[in-house]
Amino acid sequence: MTPTPDRVAPDRVVLDSAEIARAITRIAHEIVERTHGAPDLVLLGIPTRGVPLATRLAARIDEILGNAGTPVSVGSLDVTMYRDDLRMRPARPLLATSLPASGVDDKPVILVDDVLFSGRTIRSALDALRDIGRPRTVSLAVLVDRGHRELPIRADYVGKNIPTSRSESVRVSLAEYDGVDVVRLGDDAAEDVLGDDLGAAPDHVTDDSASPDAASATTDGSES
Amino acid sequence: MTRHLLSAADLSHDDAVLVLDTAAELAVLADRPIKKLPTLRGRTVVNLFYEDSTRTRISFEAAAKRLSADVINFSAKGSSVSKGESLKDTALTLEAMGADAVVIRHGESGAPHRLATADWISGSVINAGDGTHEHPTQALLDAYTIREHLCGGVGDLNGRSVVIVGDVLHSRVARSNVLLLDTLGAHVTLVSPPTLLPNGVHTWPCNVSYDLDACLSKADVVMMLRVQRERMAASYFPTEREYSRRYGLDEIRAQQLPDHAIVMHPGPMNRGMEIAASVADGPRSVVVEQVTNGVSVRMAVLYLLLGGNEPAIASGRGGANRD
Repeated sequence: MTPTPDRVAPDRVVLDSAEIARAITRIAHEIVERTHGAPDLVLLGIPTRGVPLATRLAARIDEILGNAGTPVSVGSLDVTMYRDDLRMRPARPLLATSLPASGVDDKPVILVDDVLFSGRTIRSALDALRDIGRPRTVSLAVLVDRGHRELPIRADYVGKNIPTSRSESVRVSLAEYDGVDVVRLGDDAAEDVLGDDLGAAPDHVTDDSASPDAASATTDGSES
Repeated sequence: MTRHLLSAADLSHDDAVLVLDTAAELAVLADRPIKKLPTLRGRTVVNLFYEDSTRTRISFEAAAKRLSADVINFSAKGSSVSKGESLKDTALTLEAMGADAVVIRHGESGAPHRLATADWISGSVINAGDGTHEHPTQALLDAYTIREHLCGGVGDLNGRSVVIVGDVLHSRVARSNVLLLDTLGAHVTLVSPPTLLPNGVHTWPCNVSYDLDACLSKADVVMMLRVQRERMAASYFPTEREYSRRYGLDEIRAQQLPDHAIVMHPGPMNRGMEIAASVADGPRSVVVEQVTNGVSVRMAVLYLLLGGNEPAIASGRGGANRD
């Protein structure tokens, strides 16, 4: 029997665990260099997988700066309520937003996400940030930049640029959620994508690759 | 493709937890300098109130406005309803104005159901209290308040003991709470004079008792219901004084409660009647918090019903034609 044609190529590993660790270390060094070791730095992870990345980056930066006493502030910023595609899908569960107690006003803020794709998530994050405060600067760190921007947005810190076609999917697994650190490139965006439970979703929404199965599964019975 | 929240029974366990989780995320908004989200921009929410209400109407209005929806308040007094306009004609007017959701409070049980199923309007219908039937968002905010105090703000209410005391017969709050709290795994006991229990209460998922003192020492939550004088045509108890003696929560009774127990009241309170002023203002009382939580919970309901192209909750009933 020949293999069925709809599952031809298996996923390809584009970043393994050691490479992810090195990318985070390098980004941490770049952040320290470009912010001159600013003590009031705030890292805001975009749920789901941006949050552990932000936590790891902060830990690295603390190591580099040796600031055991005053660790870098880390938070999470859910952008769901600010998305521009809310009306194209059922209402989604909200994810956690937690901001450092000292706020973001007049601080250098770095948004952290796993995959940069259309740029729409980041635009939503900028909108959300505007309602929360007025940072001194906002920059962007991502583990993977896969191209296909739909908005004038770019990343300041990139773990790895991975050229993709639109039909491919980038799947980031992180130990905190998936038990393993790996980034895979799949060839079929319509199938098994990113924890998205609706095949009808337009493909530009897939840059928030992160919504974990647990969270997205709660849109109860939406396609049954 | 409309979906409605007409009864607490519309919500499955997962739906109810989703509403509470969403409300918890939205609650942080109250601490922000800008208490506003752009999510329902351009959507119209009509508050259609045939009965007087302070906190529910204001709460829905604040919730819709914080989500950037346009809010139209419609109260029966001072409108064409006082000239005899029917619910149907009012509904058709609202439909012509493009209402995406109608929040309805009505003196007749079943009015929201009629509005939702009669094909007069295409938007979502949210029951904000109908007659002596249901008040699902009140039950949700009560469940949220209980979860915050007794369950660390996560999950459901598994195993918590809730005692609901008073005029169950006329109380839409009691009915919705019994249904929702049971869905969420709590054990509910209704305490009431026999005359103030509805027919068929034995089919409800709860226990019934006539003795308040016997129930207090095991209660995690005591929810006092308002004695609804305006709905009482006949005499259900001999005197107010006797009712208060037997079923009122005074300070002596409150001392029988376990240390962690909380006291709730949906408001408005008859101080000195079903609840003593010192208990209502005491450290166990979460009455004011209930009001605060009401805004977050109603934001969650509005978001989950209107925020996407189809509702994320209450999908089991209300609109059968789904493809």
